Amino acid sequence: MKFMGYRRISGNVGVRNHVLIFPTVTCAATVAQMISREVPGTVCVTHQHGCGHLGEEKDHMIRVMSGFCANPNVAGVLLVGLGCELITPEVLIEHLRKTRQQVESLSIQNLGGTTKAVEKGIELARKLLSEAAETRREEVDLSGLIVGTHCGGSDTMSGLTANPALGIACDLLVAESGTVILSETPEMLGTEHILAKRAANDSVRRHIFEITEATEKRLKSTGADIRGTEPSPGNIAGGLSTLEEKSLGAIRKGGTSPINEVIEFAQKPSQKGLVIMDGPAHDIISNTGMIAAGAQLIAFTTGRGTPIGSPIAPVTKISSNSTLYNCMQDNIDINAGTILDGEGMIEGIGEEIFKELIEVASGKLTRAELLGHCEFAIHSIGPTV
Amino acid sequence: MMHSAIAVDKLDNVATALRNLEQGESIRIDTGDNANEIAVKESIAQGFKIALEDIGEGQSVIKYGEVIGLATLNIAKGTCVHVHNIEGVKGRGDKS
Repeated sequence: MKFMGYRRISGNVGVRNHVLIFPTVTCAATVAQMISREVPGTVCVTHQHGCGHLGEEKDHMIRVMSGFCANPNVAGVLLVGLGCELITPEVLIEHLRKTRQQVESLSIQNLGGTTKAVEKGIELARKLLSEAAETRREEVDLSGLIVGTHCGGSDTMSGLTANPALGIACDLLVAESGTVILSETPEMLGTEHILAKRAANDSVRRHIFEITEATEKRLKSTGADIRGTEPSPGNIAGGLSTLEEKSLGAIRKGGTSPINEVIEFAQKPSQKGLVIMDGPAHDIISNTGMIAAGAQLIAFTTGRGTPIGSPIAPVTKISSNSTLYNCMQDNIDINAGTILDGEGMIEGIGEEIFKELIEVASGKLTRAELLGHCEFAIHSIGPTV
Repeated sequence: MMHSAIAVDKLDNVATALRNLEQGESIRIDTGDNANEIAVKESIAQGFKIALEDIGEGQSVIKYGEVIGLATLNIAKGTCVHVHNIEGVKGRGDKS
């Protein structure tokens, strides 16, 4: 099957045509925002990182930042650096060269302060916008799509309606040679044996146990009772009693396909089909990681309701119950709660989600996009120096 | 037709309430091949779980055909199953 997307020089396909203003260090975040405000049509993120990282965390930050900027939904990126930081624009440019991403950059210290940096930034951002406007949507194959899945603010209905329905949509995309990312390793605890059975080979099977065992060990090392965080207070109020119950419902959103690969957080998959990304269950961090891994779309199920989106990728929200849908209509794209009302079947809603994702890939705006939601977050994995 | 509660797998010893269940009513639950009549012993809100059989302290609580936790108290058939009478075993740093 086909959809209307933006073909990039890299060979990857975008579903949006954004110009991204990206600070490589938190010290440059306000300048990045000032530039973006002056150039309508650009998008901007802010974060707390870019300096003080050591060892694995440095590699992690570079992988997330460069992966995010290289996402095919980004037509061009303006990197805004300070000058004395660890992760300078030059560090990211080295990585972005591999994906042949269109890049401009500036350094606040080199240009002589905020005012001059903003002035230069406006000029560069306008140049990137005008180049991006040259690209037109064209018919491209669904096999180029990577859909990231997430369930956030779950309730007991999530595992019975929205997640299995999204799973059907994921199976349909995999049948079209597309790629689906299932993440949130903490919400795989209690389901390892089920996922392992679906591993495409022994190496993937071992890898599934490695990431789940490492995650459980890390959680246990805190000495804390995970209940109250997983499940969260909202999950418990929604009827979920244990992490295992939440996990068993959560993994259903990835569908039933064989698991072809286990990737690191923000790592680009080398295989098509269903892949697992090792990462936290935190909604915004997980979405950021999947987008940095190359996901052009996020399919997001929720039982309690959440407004979040992404600056560069459409996030399609699927509610697990009609009470939520009726309460937060401006945030929800599809209601899987009709399954409980006796009006919809899981298969039918699954097909509806699949069709909606293709529409969104072709340009239909999600509720989160219409409302201007653009959440972004990266997690630390080491000590801040 | 809207069901009152749903059991996902025939091995399940709990079902999820699809509407608010009132104490004293009797509900029908399809569990795989079998249909069960369950007397609701206490009010159970939509989304919460009802025990389909007596579950003894320390016994496994089964949903999706898998263990979701262990009973911390004796749970009577027809009563609510939640954090007050079951607990998970995964990721419990407080138990290490």
